[in-house]
Amino acid sequence: MTPTASRALPAPTTEQPATRAALVVLTIVLLAVLLLLPLIVVFAQAFSRGLGAVLAALRDPDAWAAIRLTLSVAAVTVPLNTACGVAGAWCIGRFRFPGRSLLITLIELPFSVSPVISGLVWVLLFGANGWLGPALDRAGIRIVFAFPGLILATLFVTFPFVARTLIPLMQEQGVAEEEAAITLGATFWQTFWRVTLPNIRWALLYGVLLCNARAMGEFGAVAVVSGHIRGQTMTMPLQVEALFNDYDWVGAFTIAALLSLLALATLVMKAVLEWRIGRPGGGPLL
Amino acid sequence: MRSRLSPSGLPGFAPAMAVTLLWLCLIVLVPLAALALRPWSLGLVGVWHSLTDPRVLAALRLSFGAAGLAALLNLPLGLLVAWVMVRYRFPGRDLADSLIDMPLALPTAVAGIALTALLAPNGWIGALLTPLHIKVAYTPLGILVALVFVGLPFVVRTLQPVIMDLPPDAEEAAATLGATRGQTWRRVVLPALAPALLAGFGAALARGVGEYGSVIFIAGNMPMVSEIAPLLIVIRLEQLDYAGAAALALLMLVVSFAILLSLNMLHRRMRGRRA
Repeated sequence: MTPTASRALPAPTTEQPATRAALVVLTIVLLAVLLLLPLIVVFAQAFSRGLGAVLAALRDPDAWAAIRLTLSVAAVTVPLNTACGVAGAWCIGRFRFPGRSLLITLIELPFSVSPVISGLVWVLLFGANGWLGPALDRAGIRIVFAFPGLILATLFVTFPFVARTLIPLMQEQGVAEEEAAITLGATFWQTFWRVTLPNIRWALLYGVLLCNARAMGEFGAVAVVSGHIRGQTMTMPLQVEALFNDYDWVGAFTIAALLSLLALATLVMKAVLEWRIGRPGGGPLL
Repeated sequence: MRSRLSPSGLPGFAPAMAVTLLWLCLIVLVPLAALALRPWSLGLVGVWHSLTDPRVLAALRLSFGAAGLAALLNLPLGLLVAWVMVRYRFPGRDLADSLIDMPLALPTAVAGIALTALLAPNGWIGALLTPLHIKVAYTPLGILVALVFVGLPFVVRTLQPVIMDLPPDAEEAAATLGATRGQTWRRVVLPALAPALLAGFGAALARGVGEYGSVIFIAGNMPMVSEIAPLLIVIRLEQLDYAGAAALALLMLVVSFAILLSLNMLHRRMRGRRA
């Protein structure tokens, strides 16, 4: 911004130095109390009875089952939504067709649906009183209150992430490089792997990162479809809730601390990727 | 040559579109259609009764009221943070900027128990408020705090790029013409930021209305007092009242979309007038 030090009068397009200092302090205090303190309290509560209690909470078989389940859910949902997100971004970012903005709206639709409703829709389809529930029950297939239900609910809430990060970038890039490759005789897949993917790789990683963070941290949607069977359908966030309601604070905050580490790692990688691609800007990103 | 190199010259449109539409239908549209159809198994009168239950009305009032108030509170807070982050340089700015996304990266259940631990009567902040007879946790005030927490990044991240693109000449012209900094803020800066403030308000509101994980731990969940609408959906589902749960969910979605749509139209009008 404009240098202020050399002028006798305060620069007209900024606030007075005292005001600036006050606003900076106010911002730092606000961010520290509202955003940093909750993070600190998670670790403080986890270690409130010492390291031994934390290690004991981590050795609990239900905690391990929750960690394994969360990793499995992410391992299934993230690749599926990534593949589809790339396909969607390819259509929207590289072609003009009627209904394009409608398609963008529909892809982003899950962002404006409450997590609870994102789980509810699957219960309405596959639950005991749902449309297909009784038929599936007779066939011996369980979807709700089992692993497939967790997958479906997570797919719904993480659906928009990859497409949403890729679409603005791919629209901006245009089609010239791919057209050149095709004109020179490259096949579709050669063009995709050699031209498109290298051009979008950081933004793609960015989308995958956000998608993964949400898949591992989702609570409301999976709470509705999980059935809360300990050691079987409890993801890490659900395990946090169960332990918290059991007044096992060390246990709850230990799992919460693991999830907080995931959040911190996500923020660090996000900052690195933003530096790589130049700040994407334009609206909330998660 | 030019016309042969039109965007439609690229291959792969049809299969990519087929995959996208199939996946969109399977994962998003069919389930939402199931939601839209389910309530009517109660009949029109049944849906009406299900939705005009006093407990439902109280939950809807609380969810929309608290989300609206939190989004409103987030406007000055978000404007402060966004302005300071874009216009000022100070040590630790990059770190502070990364921290803004914390509420989006932190799983909501973790945020919920952390805020509860902080604000409970014996918590770090709660203990300071108890002598003042202020009770935050397990009251509607706790819901408000949780919604301010989750909504803040939406307002900040909407405002930041707009402040960055704010042309400096308008502020300079105002100053040259003798405006004080306060007048410049009221007459030049705030009107230019108004559409972005509105968009940020809408995003924070939409998130707040449906928010579940960060709220239920701190809310206390007393029917008629601190029970949010998403929790009531879960309760109805547990009672196997699928149609009642779907009716409430559908109403929430319709009202949210109506609010978002009208904010969107207002946003477009404001931007049109300025352009």
